[in-house]
Amino acid sequence: MRVIETVGLRKTFQPKGPGAKKKGAAVEPIVAVDGINLHVEGGEIFGLLGPNGAGKSTTIKMLSTLLAPSGGQATVAGFSLATQRGEIRRVIGVVSQSGGLDSEETPMRELVHQGVLFGLDRQAATKRVTELLDHFELGAAANRQIKTLSGGQRRRVDIALGLVHSPKLLFLDEPTTGLDPQSRANLWDEVRRLRSEGTTVLITTHYLDEADALCDRLAIVDHGRIVAEGTADVLKAGVGGDVITLHLPDPSAADGVIRSSGLATHIERFGDDALRLTVGRGDSTVGPLLRLLDDAGIETTSLSTARPTLDDVFLRHTGRSLRDTPA
Amino acid sequence: MFHDVRTVFIRSITQVLRNPVWVVVTLVQPLFYLLFYAPLLKRTIGSDRLNGGSAYDIFVPGLLMQLALFGTAFAGFGLVSELREGVIERMLVTPVRRSALLIGRVLANLVALVFQATVITLVSWPMGLNLRPSAILGVLVLLGVGITFASLSYTVSMILGNEDALAGLLNFVTVPILLLSGMLLPLSLGPKWLQRVANINPLKHAVDAARDLFRGNLTTFAVGRGVTVVFVCAAAALIIGTRKFEHYAD
Repeated sequence: MRVIETVGLRKTFQPKGPGAKKKGAAVEPIVAVDGINLHVEGGEIFGLLGPNGAGKSTTIKMLSTLLAPSGGQATVAGFSLATQRGEIRRVIGVVSQSGGLDSEETPMRELVHQGVLFGLDRQAATKRVTELLDHFELGAAANRQIKTLSGGQRRRVDIALGLVHSPKLLFLDEPTTGLDPQSRANLWDEVRRLRSEGTTVLITTHYLDEADALCDRLAIVDHGRIVAEGTADVLKAGVGGDVITLHLPDPSAADGVIRSSGLATHIERFGDDALRLTVGRGDSTVGPLLRLLDDAGIETTSLSTARPTLDDVFLRHTGRSLRDTPA
Repeated sequence: MFHDVRTVFIRSITQVLRNPVWVVVTLVQPLFYLLFYAPLLKRTIGSDRLNGGSAYDIFVPGLLMQLALFGTAFAGFGLVSELREGVIERMLVTPVRRSALLIGRVLANLVALVFQATVITLVSWPMGLNLRPSAILGVLVLLGVGITFASLSYTVSMILGNEDALAGLLNFVTVPILLLSGMLLPLSLGPKWLQRVANINPLKHAVDAARDLFRGNLTTFAVGRGVTVVFVCAAAALIIGTRKFEHYAD
């Protein structure tokens, strides 16, 4: 079953602030999401991978009924985003980047209140929240002020908050930003456990390893558009082979020589002093490549060969490295 | 609907009780007026204007309306920190009714307001206020004013989104509303143009109505006009505020 389906989903904002309006000039709207088509199946972990400002959060805000789309259609959990927002809100859980907890409050009180907002009576909510807090190993922190919790604890409270009403579909917006590696690994395990229980998870991230390790399928988003979509393996296979990264003082000379040799299927300039080559097999290409450069009198600083990563996929589709974009 | 309002109300009143200092701080200003300003008024207003009543019969109803203004107009400050922490966005993606998010909060402000108004009234009593049964109807006007300014404060805080801008705007707006309400001195003492400007001010009509109610005049034109103006404003402010909650993120 399709849990999320969007066609041409779009969001534009009117620019605000000083300088936004000039006399006589038409104000160009800012396009945050530029026609996204998404298909998320029930029970999968689907990732939106992209740099900050790519439109990931805006997409989640639209799909979770917080923002009205400027264009396109969407159904979420079988309900129309345009006309059935109330029904959608009952079956989705949302964990935003900021979490949405009052830091003066305690996890117990905030979570019980959330349960009551979803129509549980206080007793049932308390029972459910006690289970959840135990599960997240937050029992000891249940009645402490949230501002006194550690980053990892607080994030677990955020996630628990999104799960109080046992949603069918959970939105996680950059859930591991700022977490230590241990908390991050725990959170991944938790997301996998949710999947095993049948919950569909839509997660946004700008971490390549997170998208690679956690997501069943993912969409790479840039400038409000989906530039590639599929499983991590299929996306990486689409790069067309292994990747050799060459560091050298004069990349343009090397570019020409390698291009005419036909050793690489794809050549990309990478910074001022590096080339990225896509080759059939990395190990068997290194020898001929070094000989070729040596014969041409081209100096090389370093060479490394690797299986393609999602960053190579991103680079292939956008011409930029996700690692280079400011997070 | 009732369930939603109750849920939001309980959370809001808990927040008020967690920091009861503010309920008391808001009381300090009107208490100063009562102690250091009301005695001046006693001499200024000729006894012919008082019709046998005391200066407090004129001053206290006005003071209560001032309390209703200042006690609720700053309610939006609490919302700004909740907006910043993402609390409101989190609540907006639950099925809770948008109107309940506003009404529950406003009700908590009204509870604090009624408590404060009771304190002011009881303190004024031994000072010379003639407390008549009809004064209890003044609560209606008080609530109407409270609903209006609390709702508008929440609406404006959602539009501005930060405390500094909100504080600036409130200072800019509350002072003329207060001066043009006739709360400090009867506006009939002033020139015609001032009275005309004051007639646009809803709080002026609220003060007029409250004064008549405290004097035991239930069926005057001022009471009818004041109650109508106040409740039309309250209804409009609730509608505007609910709409802002509906479209907060847009």
